[in-house]
Amino acid sequence: MAAESQAQVAGQGGPSHGRRILLIWLILAIAGDLLIWFALGPHLPPGNMTTTATEEQGAIKLMSVLSAPVLVLVLTYFVYAMIVWRRRDGDDEDGPPIHGSTRVQAAWIVGTTVIVLALAVFGTVSLWTSHGAGAGEGPAPIWNPPGAVSTASAQQTPWAPGKVLQVQVVAQQWRFTFRYPGLGGFETTELMLPEGQWVQFNVTSIDVIHSFWAYQLGVKADANPGVNNVAYTKPTQTGLITVRCAELCGLWHGAMFDYGKVVTLAQFQAWARASKTELASVTSLLPPYATTYDSTAIKQLGPVLQKLGLTGAGGGYYPPQDPAQP
Amino acid sequence: MAIETEPGTIQVPGGGGPGPGHGERSWWMRPGVHTALIGAVLGYLLGHWLGNLIASGYQQVGTADANDTAIVLGYVFMVLGWLAGLGVFNDVLRQMAGRPLPDWERAPSTSIGRYFRYTLDHKVVGLQYLVGMIIYFCTAGLFAMAIRTELLSPVHHVFSSSVYIEIVGEHGTMMMMLMTSVILGPFGNYLVPLMIGSKQVAYPRLEALSFWLTPLAFLILLSAIPLGGFHMGWTGYPTLSVQDTAGADAYAFAFGLMGISMILAGFNILITVICYRAPGMRWSRLPMFVWGLLGTSVMMTLAAPILVGGMYMLLTDRTVQTAFFTSQLGGSTYLYQDVFWFFGHPEVYILALPGFGIVCELLPVFCRKPLFGYKVAAAGMVGVTLLSFFVWQHHLFNSGINPDMRPLFMLTTELISIPTGFIFLVAMGTLWKAKIRFTVPMLFCLAFFFNFLIGGVTGVFVSDVPADTTEHGSFFVMAHFHYTIMGGLIFAFMAGCYYWLPKMIGIKLDQRLGKIHFWLMFLGFNSTFLPLFAVGLAGQPRRVFEYARNLQTLNDWVSISSFVLGASILVFVINFVWSTVVVREREVENPWESRGLEWRVSSPPPAHNFEQVPVVLSGPYEYGVKDGPPVADLNPPVGVLTEAFARTETARAEA
Repeated sequence: MAAESQAQVAGQGGPSHGRRILLIWLILAIAGDLLIWFALGPHLPPGNMTTTATEEQGAIKLMSVLSAPVLVLVLTYFVYAMIVWRRRDGDDEDGPPIHGSTRVQAAWIVGTTVIVLALAVFGTVSLWTSHGAGAGEGPAPIWNPPGAVSTASAQQTPWAPGKVLQVQVVAQQWRFTFRYPGLGGFETTELMLPEGQWVQFNVTSIDVIHSFWAYQLGVKADANPGVNNVAYTKPTQTGLITVRCAELCGLWHGAMFDYGKVVTLAQFQAWARASKTELASVTSLLPPYATTYDSTAIKQLGPVLQKLGLTGAGGGYYPPQDPAQP
Repeated sequence: MAIETEPGTIQVPGGGGPGPGHGERSWWMRPGVHTALIGAVLGYLLGHWLGNLIASGYQQVGTADANDTAIVLGYVFMVLGWLAGLGVFNDVLRQMAGRPLPDWERAPSTSIGRYFRYTLDHKVVGLQYLVGMIIYFCTAGLFAMAIRTELLSPVHHVFSSSVYIEIVGEHGTMMMMLMTSVILGPFGNYLVPLMIGSKQVAYPRLEALSFWLTPLAFLILLSAIPLGGFHMGWTGYPTLSVQDTAGADAYAFAFGLMGISMILAGFNILITVICYRAPGMRWSRLPMFVWGLLGTSVMMTLAAPILVGGMYMLLTDRTVQTAFFTSQLGGSTYLYQDVFWFFGHPEVYILALPGFGIVCELLPVFCRKPLFGYKVAAAGMVGVTLLSFFVWQHHLFNSGINPDMRPLFMLTTELISIPTGFIFLVAMGTLWKAKIRFTVPMLFCLAFFFNFLIGGVTGVFVSDVPADTTEHGSFFVMAHFHYTIMGGLIFAFMAGCYYWLPKMIGIKLDQRLGKIHFWLMFLGFNSTFLPLFAVGLAGQPRRVFEYARNLQTLNDWVSISSFVLGASILVFVINFVWSTVVVREREVENPWESRGLEWRVSSPPPAHNFEQVPVVLSGPYEYGVKDGPPVADLNPPVGVLTEAFARTETARAEA
């Protein structure tokens, strides 16, 4: 499309300028696109550890490939114009009085409209096929993966491989904790996920706004108090996960991060069994599993935080002399 | 600034007749900044006392560190006291009492004191805005330098976490709220009447009021620091903003106050453009800068009331315990997010359209060619204006909004790149076979297109929901909007400064310092913000003071570049002061050989802009058109308009 409108610009005022710009553009655009697709593409963030991350990487790659020719076209044109059509010394004449060209304008409008509509269709389709693209879908998601169970019955239904694993992400100033309702309802400070299984994150907060950003998983969902925000993903590789808070949530927002792991199914099941026993004393203090919590109604909040080692931001991460120690 | 002697005629737009100005009182007897400051202090004390009287019994006041009601009422009365001290109410009260204005109030002042007073001359207001905006921009820029200083190291801290977040909030809020008027305020108020052939603006009092609210908004926003700062960034999402220390009152009040200023400023320009065009200034001859400001003022007038409402709800949540934004009590944090972005997204186009206007205005002058596709350019601006109201939920893609809304907002967001693309078509067409003159304003124009191209293309990245999942809330988004606002708006503002300051004050700006400024700013800017796309994609969220160690090299590079960028602004300020205060070399009447109507009158323009209302004969961009008519007849024959009117009336009666 861009090429077409370019050719028309050329047709308008003498062929040589347009043909030259077109040629430079073609060479640079093709070279740039090949570089992006083959050299840069596989390394584009956020990687391909999960289905959603792969989808996002694909989207970023596709848009880079589409936008590179546009960038190159405008830049080539501007640089060419600045070199060729600059004022020469002693020339005080005005330029040719061209007021416009219906053909060029129509071609440009049609071209950009087609590109934009194609992008919107692509975005919508990929949002659908990737079950929400890892973004928070709110309490009533419409793009469910196969085998999803209702959020409310998660506690009653024990999880088994092949079903969607429910993981509740509880955000608070300034830590994330993770609760596994289908595995006995224990709460951990480290995110652990099985490879090859669909995961449903139920993200909520017990104080202010946060955002659960699991970078390698390609998942981002805001955590609001009183709201359950659902996001889906399916890990396809094992590896480490970094979790950061992506919405400003107060003083130590910059230090609100966590780590996690995607492990094989067998390792995950072993870990879940061990954690259930190990954390039994904490689990008994926890409020019953719910999609949202009212922090003022949790009687045992203090002891829970202490037992999980969550006193102080990041567990005593900051030097004690800092006056803003939370 | 302009301390040129002006004709001793009366400048009373909106009423009053001519008469000699005599018997002027000495400056300290007349209302001005000094009386306004006294009024503000007295007002604050009164309001604070009143607030304590009302609210000291409230339960939440006993447990909090400050009485929010007293602070907010203090600000309310401070605004009233400031305006009363400025003499804003004097005219109104006198007219209500049926008493004529004293001569010394009506006479146009030629002293420097008029820049420190509430004045009805749009050219004085324009220059007040210009100096004000430069001060606000530099202050907010210093906060940005502080942010980059902290980010030099991933673990070692220059500021405490609390001070750092305060700085982030101050930088963001000050830039986003005050820079809305960075072009409309100075150039819009000063030049729009000149460009459309009007002797005055529609609402000179509203215009002056819109300016005099900005210093107060600026000071109130800064007053958040002694109150403990605010820790929720410029977006002020509840519940954090409802729980925050008293600095959040200053944030909400200042932002709301600036919202009122935006409504007034936008409304004045809107009505001026619609109703005050000279005969012959058809919509098809309107300068592109005026088109840009027309769109801006529509967005300001329609979007800013939503902001004022949102900030008002936030203040009542914080003071009298309403619960608009508390989900446990039936409110919703999403209500705030929707209200805020319903204003906030038109706002970012408020920060883009004036820039479009300036570059479209300047390109033909320095290409020596007519604007390519005038109608396409105007349609682009109108299209951006309309679409800007339908995209706001793209800020909430991950927030848990109703998920089936996302394809719709993805579509509208991507659609807005079509009218934006028109501006590039217009620029490329205008450059075709041009005779480009590389003056300082033209350099800034060309840089605008480079920067806005990158800003626009990355905007398409963030509009796509899957890609946005990774990019949202990261430095990628931050770099994207700095490319459109700093790289777009501020570069266009600088182009406007170098282009129009000789018009506004009749004094030449140093071109060599201007070129040094340009290159430092262009290279510094790109070197600062280009790497931030990579930083964001590598996983660094916004507003953090600690980041992954492997990103330190990039962050250090960015910080050092940002200091270069800061230095370039310093060069601009030095150039501004040096040229206008020290050297004061007279500029020739029309240094750029522009066809614009504003260049047909002397520099600076006389008190009434035009001797008579001009008759516009042709469009402003007819460069290279042989034997074309001049842009306007400044001294139309007596009676020509009356005749034309009579003809139209007869024709209408016959029909």
